[in-house]
Amino acid sequence: MSDVAHENSSSDAPPEDNGWRQRYWKKNLRLMIVLLAIWFTVSFGFGILLIEPLNNIVILGFPLGLWFAQQGSIYTFVILILVYALWMDRIDDEFGVSERDKNGGRQ
Amino acid sequence: MTGLEFWTYFFLILTFGIYIFIAWRSRVKETKEFYVASQGVPTIANGAAVAADWMSAASFIGMAGMIAFLGSDGSVYLMGWTGGYVLLALLLAPYLRKWGKFTVPEFVGDRYNDTVRVVAAICAIVISFTYVVGQMTGGGVVFARFLGLDPQWAVVACAAVIFFYAVLGGMKGITYTQVAQYVVLITAYLIPAVAVSQHLGNFPIPQVTYGRILEELDGLRTDFGLHEFTDAFAGRAGGQLDVFLVTLSLMLGTAGLPHVIIRFYTTKTVRGARFSAFWALFFISLLYLTAPAVGAFTKLNLLQGAQGSTEDDLPAWIAPWQEAGSVELNTTGEITSVSNVPGEADLVVSNDILVLASPEISGLPAPIVGLMAAGGMAAALSTAAGLLLVISSAASHDIYFRMIAKEKASEARQMNVGRIAMAVAVVIAILAGLNPPAFVAQVVAFAFGLAASTFFPILMLGIFWKKANATGAAAGMLTGLIFSGGYMIYTLELFGTPANDHILGISPEGIGPIGALLNFVITIVISNLTRPPSEEVQEMVESIRYPAKQQLEAAGKE
Repeated sequence: MSDVAHENSSSDAPPEDNGWRQRYWKKNLRLMIVLLAIWFTVSFGFGILLIEPLNNIVILGFPLGLWFAQQGSIYTFVILILVYALWMDRIDDEFGVSERDKNGGRQ
Repeated sequence: MTGLEFWTYFFLILTFGIYIFIAWRSRVKETKEFYVASQGVPTIANGAAVAADWMSAASFIGMAGMIAFLGSDGSVYLMGWTGGYVLLALLLAPYLRKWGKFTVPEFVGDRYNDTVRVVAAICAIVISFTYVVGQMTGGGVVFARFLGLDPQWAVVACAAVIFFYAVLGGMKGITYTQVAQYVVLITAYLIPAVAVSQHLGNFPIPQVTYGRILEELDGLRTDFGLHEFTDAFAGRAGGQLDVFLVTLSLMLGTAGLPHVIIRFYTTKTVRGARFSAFWALFFISLLYLTAPAVGAFTKLNLLQGAQGSTEDDLPAWIAPWQEAGSVELNTTGEITSVSNVPGEADLVVSNDILVLASPEISGLPAPIVGLMAAGGMAAALSTAAGLLLVISSAASHDIYFRMIAKEKASEARQMNVGRIAMAVAVVIAILAGLNPPAFVAQVVAFAFGLAASTFFPILMLGIFWKKANATGAAAGMLTGLIFSGGYMIYTLELFGTPANDHILGISPEGIGPIGALLNFVITIVISNLTRPPSEEVQEMVESIRYPAKQQLEAAGKE
């Protein structure tokens, strides 16, 4: 039943079928949720909620909790944004929605 | 003229000359250039400009000093003022860039309605304005100490330079000047940090030396009656819950502040907005990763210098700062306690001077001290210019052009109104900077809480939830504003009201996330109860999700 319904809707749809839009958006959201989970764990998790137990571990003079709160979280933030930007390039290309100039080069 | 004054003048005149030259080269004629630099700013340059815009006099001059006294809990500022960029990059910047307008109130106005636009424009003006006054007084600190100038003339000098290049160049002039200002401020911050790190730990990387000195610092701090630097939750009375909420408030506020968001409108593409956010945080992190080390080093040097000192043989750096009113000595005998609260200890040192004084405290030569002054000025000027642009664009574009002139004004007339609005903002900022209203310093810290509880939720829902409507957004924003503003007035002595105890130990800086949560709930409930936005608006929300039209060959491959 569902297959038939799906076929109908895709044959009724105008030439630019919009099914890809949902798949694109879902991929974007999934990536976002994973990255935000890491964002929360490292900053609020390690740097605030678990700072006291982690402070019992000392590496190169740093109590680990303090290191996450004042250093580690910031390194993580920078990497998270870079990963998002690079990964979105791939998703944009896969769905053909990346911004191209007249010669097809990336803008 | 002393060597120090010579080098301070040398670096200030050199850097001001560079800024004015750049502004003259990039002067503009059109509103699109004036407000969003024709959306032609290269990604890395935009990142550096965002970083300079973001790092204010408070980040450059004040933050390491606060960390030096707060210790471990200084992390609220370090994480709060960087973590927000993750939210901005993932949740807001690319979509607002795709929308492709001039201002933040404009997005809100198109997405919801004109009432919400006006409320947003007024919020943007008020938040930006309190911030500008802070920059003016920050610049005053630099001039007063290093040049012995009257702080009043210092404020006027600051404002004159900003006025010249902001009015002339708009966003384009401001952006390229900020790139130069970033280079100046980061150089001025890193050189002394590396030198002190080498001096203290025989290793030039502050982030490594920082760990090595923590044990010694903890010992010294205990001797002087302070809590241990590494002790978590000792610096803030509210404990873990308060640290959590303040950090979250600063993050949500960062993502909702109009002067930051507006910078992502200036990139060429949506992809450019994503990478700009990366470069911005990368450039910001160079300073933010160094700040806690600078705070700890300076504190260590300060305490070592104070140890066993008496009034007659104080370290040499203290006297000039004492004259400038930033250091207070309350004993005639040996110094046994150090604090940043006036009257509380034998030696009282203001947070604001620790960074500026760090080269002197560590005994570095005069040119480095002079460079530090130029760096502090660069931080103050770059932020003030960015904020003045937000004030000008909200007043002239959102209120004058869209609401009063009903979009009928000519290009030349819009430019004039934009410039006049900027000029008026500069004049008011000078007046306020000369005679800062008492509540300004407090309000700056709370601007984040208010931005978190008003802007962030309705921007995010506006992008991610098509059914969010104008009634819901207006109700949500007002609830957030009244709740958070109400708690701040309840707990602080603002406008002559008495200060009450914190509820559950939550400080007024930490109320933002709760206001934001209420805003989310109210917006969602009211939007569900009222009519959804028009098909047209919903289609616009759909379209900002995709950077470009789908290319046919790629679609076939799919």
